[in-house]
Amino acid sequence: MHKLYENLGKIIPLGEMTLQRANLAFITLDRRYLRSALHHLRDVEGYSHLVLLTAVDWLEEDVFQLTYLLSNRTADMDVGLRVMLPRENASMDSIHDIWPTAATYQRELREMFGIDFPGSPRVNEEFILEGWQEIPPYRRDFDTKKYSEENFAHREGRVTKDPASHMKELLYPDRGQ
Amino acid sequence: MNYQPDRSKYPAKKADGTLDIDLTSGKYLKLWHGPNHPGITGNMSVELTVCGDEVVEGKVHVGYLHRGFEKLMERRSFIQCFPIVCRICVPEPDFNEYCYAAAIEELSGVVVPERAHWIRTMILEMGRINSYLMYLGGQAGALGQGVIGQWTTYVRDLMLDRFEELTGARIYHMFILPGGVRDDLPEGFKDRLEATLKEVDAVLKDVYDVMFKNAVFKRRSIGVGYIDPAWVDEYGITGPNARAAGVAKDVRKDQPYLVYDQLDFEPVVDHGSDIYTRADVRRRDVAMSVDLLRQILAKMPNEGPVMAKLPNVLHWQIPRGETYIRGECSRGEYGFYLVTDGSRFPRRVNVRGPSYTHAMTLLERMIVNTNISDIAALMVSLHTYPPEIER
Amino acid sequence: MKEELEKRVVKGPDGFEFTVEPLQDYYCAEAPRAHLPVYSKIVEGLFNWARAESIWILGFGTGCGAIEMRPLMTPRFDAYRFGIQWRPTPRQANLLMISGYLSTKTLKRAIRAYEQMQSPKYVVGLGSCTINGGMYWDSYNTIKKLDDYMPVDLFIAGCMPRPEALLAGFNDLKKIIKADKAEGANKYAENFDWYKANQKSVIKDWDMPDYNW
Repeated sequence: MHKLYENLGKIIPLGEMTLQRANLAFITLDRRYLRSALHHLRDVEGYSHLVLLTAVDWLEEDVFQLTYLLSNRTADMDVGLRVMLPRENASMDSIHDIWPTAATYQRELREMFGIDFPGSPRVNEEFILEGWQEIPPYRRDFDTKKYSEENFAHREGRVTKDPASHMKELLYPDRGQ
Repeated sequence: MNYQPDRSKYPAKKADGTLDIDLTSGKYLKLWHGPNHPGITGNMSVELTVCGDEVVEGKVHVGYLHRGFEKLMERRSFIQCFPIVCRICVPEPDFNEYCYAAAIEELSGVVVPERAHWIRTMILEMGRINSYLMYLGGQAGALGQGVIGQWTTYVRDLMLDRFEELTGARIYHMFILPGGVRDDLPEGFKDRLEATLKEVDAVLKDVYDVMFKNAVFKRRSIGVGYIDPAWVDEYGITGPNARAAGVAKDVRKDQPYLVYDQLDFEPVVDHGSDIYTRADVRRRDVAMSVDLLRQILAKMPNEGPVMAKLPNVLHWQIPRGETYIRGECSRGEYGFYLVTDGSRFPRRVNVRGPSYTHAMTLLERMIVNTNISDIAALMVSLHTYPPEIER
Repeated sequence: MKEELEKRVVKGPDGFEFTVEPLQDYYCAEAPRAHLPVYSKIVEGLFNWARAESIWILGFGTGCGAIEMRPLMTPRFDAYRFGIQWRPTPRQANLLMISGYLSTKTLKRAIRAYEQMQSPKYVVGLGSCTINGGMYWDSYNTIKKLDDYMPVDLFIAGCMPRPEALLAGFNDLKKIIKADKAEGANKYAENFDWYKANQKSVIKDWDMPDYNW
């Protein structure tokens, strides 16, 4: 893994690397170098399988983290490339010409997070939701419980208990507050 | 197939690569191979544009089963996610539990005892057999043979009886938890499981004789639905779809997890890459799973704890980190990407289901130039299940 | 709205031009009617017996529950001996089984399938997700209370209910039908505006006619 980091670092400037397991590492890099990193990993190092492309919403730090997970099947190695994007007007270059299957992942990110991928096939069409008018639902500032209570009729008589306080009452009823 | 369609009616391509289909010209018809249809696996739809009998363009529509799992899991603590996580992939629910539990264990440093690894592998293989049996019934049914579905669903029911005896429920088990499995094997379980495996062997032989030697099945499935081996990496094809195209891609062999490095098996690979070969690869996979189960039952340590000691799960906080755990489910590579941030709730859970890559761009590419009557067989042969596409 | 549903001028193959408005022209413009019993009690009893002993289910697997419906078609649990069959189209079915949760996208299609079925028709809600939302009670995409959107004759609780529970549920449905209490279709016709308003409040992009007969 460190050898991969060195080889990649000779071509493009890299951020920090987090070694999660012996065969899984996450490397942060700047969005300008993503395409050359992907080409190098796919053509030279043998990471030919794009496993997933997803986003994590770090609302406190005001960034989206895009994770591109690539896998080298024969050598049993995985590398995740992390790209940080600002949450305002987030958009990123599309990689559907490198891997055609990335078009589906990009459609989902556009609908669920609001990250635009200009040029990706059918990226502006509705994918999973139909007639959705709120902010993209996977963002941290979308409150799904509040939306559900306001928009759907609920049946009365449902009781919800916090598990910690419920177990405390059940097991230790005589202990005070 | 000797039929040569009249390509003079086919649409030309526009400058940006999309097809120039003029719906008012009277040459094309728009059909919905829609959600209410006996020829689709689950609840998704394909919007077809056909010219006569041949499909010219197909657009896949998913989202009919979207429940927002990844958002719901951000609101539930780690242990509260378990009842919900097994419902992401309906026919093979144990895989979700395993991948999620393994991700939590890796990020929090919990060590699973040895016997629990063996029991987990046994459950995963049993689930794999169930899923394949249902697939065989569906594949034969899509081409007109309803009787195979009756046989394989019956044997699947016998397997579900074993699951009910072990875990208490037929479909959603919630048995694999972080730290191991919930309980040990009941008394005499191994003998009853061996009896059920004999039933699986018997039905596989019957299925081979009735389905794979049937002239109509062979005529309708050989040469149909070709997947080029070069597409395997471009489209992210995994599992039996890739193995039937000649690429020996099996997570159990390439990136072994649980106890697969102690078991003796070879992935089933073939070269035909049509519907018949994919069905045959899956049938031989069932036989391999039965063999693996017999090896597991023989090699399992007889005693030992099955659950590690966990901290108080109601207040469990896992330090910040991210990981990806993968496994080979019956349809391909299944994986969970988990990000934690030090609080009681997961930050982000992303489920990578194999049907995500098979049923979207790959199906839209393969469906062009097929006959309408072959579409159902094609979709079933990719063994796609919509719940894991839109979660 | 999709372009094929807009009002437009179409030129036929022989050059004749005509306007087409799909949502009006291809569907029935009236609201549904309630079909009250007209014959004598004995004859209606016979009709109800016949309806109860030949319940044909629309084979639309709307959710998780579809996986426990498949074993019912096999000899082990055998729903066919009770006269229950699965049919592919709504016109041939008289029971719509909502098997599990309903996302709003599927609700639109389920409403369409329900309205295309012929009276007398019944709806069975399978699983706890149809009763109060189940474990997706805080989801932004699933409905929480099925009988606000469709008239439900029977709920079968469970997650998933076993095939034996389903058979017991069918037995209860038969008793309800024979006792002349299965008035779901008439209730839908009488309270049509209330049901339609509920449906339109969750389905935001309504591009169907109001009554899909």
